[in-house]
Amino acid sequence: MAYADDTRHHPQQSFWSRYVWSQDHKVIAIQYAMTAIAVGLVGLVLSNLMRLQLGFPGRFEFISVDRYYQFVTMHGMIMVIYLLTALFLGGFGNYLIPLMVGARDMVFPFLNMLSYWVYLLAVVVLLSSFFVTGGPTGAGWTLYPPQAILPGTPGHDGGIILMLVSLLIFIVAATMGGLNYVTTVLQARCEGMTLMRMPLTVWGIFVASILALVGFPALFVSGVMMLLDKTLGTSFFMPALLSMGQATTYKGGSPLLFQHLFWFFGHPEVYIVALPAFGIVSDLISVHARKSIFGYRTMVWAILAIGVLSVLVWAHHMFISGMNPYFGFFFATTTLIIAVPTALKVYNWLLTLWRGDIHLSVPMLFALAFISTFVIGGLTGLFLGNVSVNIPLSGTYFVVAHFHMVMGVAPLLVVFGGIYHWFPKITGRMLDDRLGRVHFWITFLGTYAIYFPMHYLGVLGMPRRYYNYDNYQFIPASAHTLNAFITVAAIIVGITQLLFIFNLAWSAWRGRRADANPWRAASLEWQTPETPPGHGNWGEHVPVAYRGAYAYSVPGAAQDFIAQNAPPTAEELKPEAPTAKGVLT
Amino acid sequence: MNSTTLPRPSAIQARGLDPHLDIASPAAGIGLWVFMGTAGTLFLLFIAAYLMRMEGDDWSSLAMPWQLWLSTALLAAGSAAMQWSSGSARRGRWREARGQLWAGGACAWAFLGVQLWTWQVLSAGHVVLSSNPAASFFYLLTALHGLHVAGGLIAWSVTATGLRRQAAPVRAQQRIRLCARYWHFLLLLWMALFATLTGLTPQVVRFICGTA
Repeated sequence: MAYADDTRHHPQQSFWSRYVWSQDHKVIAIQYAMTAIAVGLVGLVLSNLMRLQLGFPGRFEFISVDRYYQFVTMHGMIMVIYLLTALFLGGFGNYLIPLMVGARDMVFPFLNMLSYWVYLLAVVVLLSSFFVTGGPTGAGWTLYPPQAILPGTPGHDGGIILMLVSLLIFIVAATMGGLNYVTTVLQARCEGMTLMRMPLTVWGIFVASILALVGFPALFVSGVMMLLDKTLGTSFFMPALLSMGQATTYKGGSPLLFQHLFWFFGHPEVYIVALPAFGIVSDLISVHARKSIFGYRTMVWAILAIGVLSVLVWAHHMFISGMNPYFGFFFATTTLIIAVPTALKVYNWLLTLWRGDIHLSVPMLFALAFISTFVIGGLTGLFLGNVSVNIPLSGTYFVVAHFHMVMGVAPLLVVFGGIYHWFPKITGRMLDDRLGRVHFWITFLGTYAIYFPMHYLGVLGMPRRYYNYDNYQFIPASAHTLNAFITVAAIIVGITQLLFIFNLAWSAWRGRRADANPWRAASLEWQTPETPPGHGNWGEHVPVAYRGAYAYSVPGAAQDFIAQNAPPTAEELKPEAPTAKGVLT
Repeated sequence: MNSTTLPRPSAIQARGLDPHLDIASPAAGIGLWVFMGTAGTLFLLFIAAYLMRMEGDDWSSLAMPWQLWLSTALLAAGSAAMQWSSGSARRGRWREARGQLWAGGACAWAFLGVQLWTWQVLSAGHVVLSSNPAASFFYLLTALHGLHVAGGLIAWSVTATGLRRQAAPVRAQQRIRLCARYWHFLLLLWMALFATLTGLTPQVVRFICGTA
């Protein structure tokens, strides 16, 4: 490892090089986050439009069948790829990795800048599909062939082509970003910052970046081959078939091959989103409970174990596609095994909270809400991991409830918690606390109001992917009432997010000025000489890490935390010094 | 670990290297390994897809033109030249290093030319992208591998230009070393692809999968 000590000063910069074509990881992080949040708002509006149709079918005539499926598809893809992946890796990863490991910047700043602009291009290409003839693709976010590229599916011409091109561009951006994150962690840590002293946020983003570098190639392979099937008449995935009564020129292709490739990306993608969330929530809990994270080493090994296992479970998304029973057994087993390291993390979060000095600040509220939501989503995952239970439930709203709880709401709660936590460092001002609490309670209770009833609807047998549910004898009237209730809750939660956006904008300019370290946190990003940190982060000298990032409530210490870069006291250097966790380890 | 050892002094300045943001920095070496891992995964997945698609009853194997052996030889020669260039640079023989670097780049250019020649031969024989799945994979895999070679040539041109402008020796050595490493990777990748395209038949796959 090379220590990133560099005493050169960064030259004066123009407005354009400082805020637009910036190579500063912090500016790039903000660019990533603002773009992701903007496109995420589009995804949010689309979800509310879908709910309007489901809650009040036929009342809104502009939501046609085609448009409904287009809303579903674009909502899913935007939320998973363009919001959550981009925000966790491009936003949090960019901002936090160099600051938390004591580096001046990413190791390849130009590549980092390029990564953002290529990501922006991917977003523009994706959104442009709303304006082409036929509109965006309505194939569902999984884009399964053969239906995705055949007439009868909305957006089967320009829409699907733009979606695939956008995904390929996004993968290029994600690869450039991932190379930077992984190399920076391996190569640019400051003196004393051993791997086992890194904050868990960095560990989560680091392993998620590796997963992205392994998983996204599978999406690239499937995207390129489907694009060729659509545009140049190859038959990678397309079997011989009739379309609209006409024989197509396709022959022999394998739709199942696409599913394998897609889910070899798709399941690690869950953990590309979840692992940074795990890391961030660990840091939030430790800081706001004033207690060293319980079982730091176990947490690191759990992150690594989850990362490895996540590439061995992909076919559990394909149980109803049919497979050799031995394969089904294998994938069900690996799926259930992944619950072990995940449960370890949950226990460690709870044991960190146990007898901690819990401050119910807004970031902490979001962190606690994450644990609850993630546990519920994880438990329903245990149901769905079993083949025999999965098959009857797979096509129902139970699955919609499960994946929204576990990889929609839970990571988003962490996103919010993380933003409330690091906003003072990013802007030098505090987010408004009252608005934050209103935002939290409505979002937390509102999302439960949305997704809890969906479990019931799923067990009732209500199928997902339907445009409306009129005239089905097996769906009782109470289900329709429940659908209307869910829609009202979704709209309230959706509107509440505007409160969050307002809070961000208002507090960035008018918020109460923040101290350099308002949460009294021990990790390095709070120890910068300036707040917000300047270009180069550390002034004349990069810091030196003397201990782990979780030295809270250390017996005998002057404060209830010891910063990671605070030199050891003479007392600490004695052999018989207290061995509180996080201190000189 | 209950370590009371104070951190080591900065090693980077002692080595006289620029720790920051440069293709020649140690980070570039790590970055290249990571990139090669990602690119390797990409081609591994393509090979997996190739094997799975082979099960289709419309599969018919493609007779490989002899030009592919020539392109393989060119890539191998380029890889060797790059390795020699790296060795010459390490020993400070800059004149030789420059010539070998140019030879390595020329071999890569020639490789791309021969690959295009192969495409032309196949298309003259009415084997086009959508003819059959084997042809589709052939064009797709050779195109993607060619793109990776073209990307390497961009790094090569940066290195060659730096050498002409008499860049700092340490930096030039590292750049050539990284180019050599990437050339070896391109060769290995191509050999794996060539072996897949020529050696793997549906019978072999069925034998491996135990379904023969």
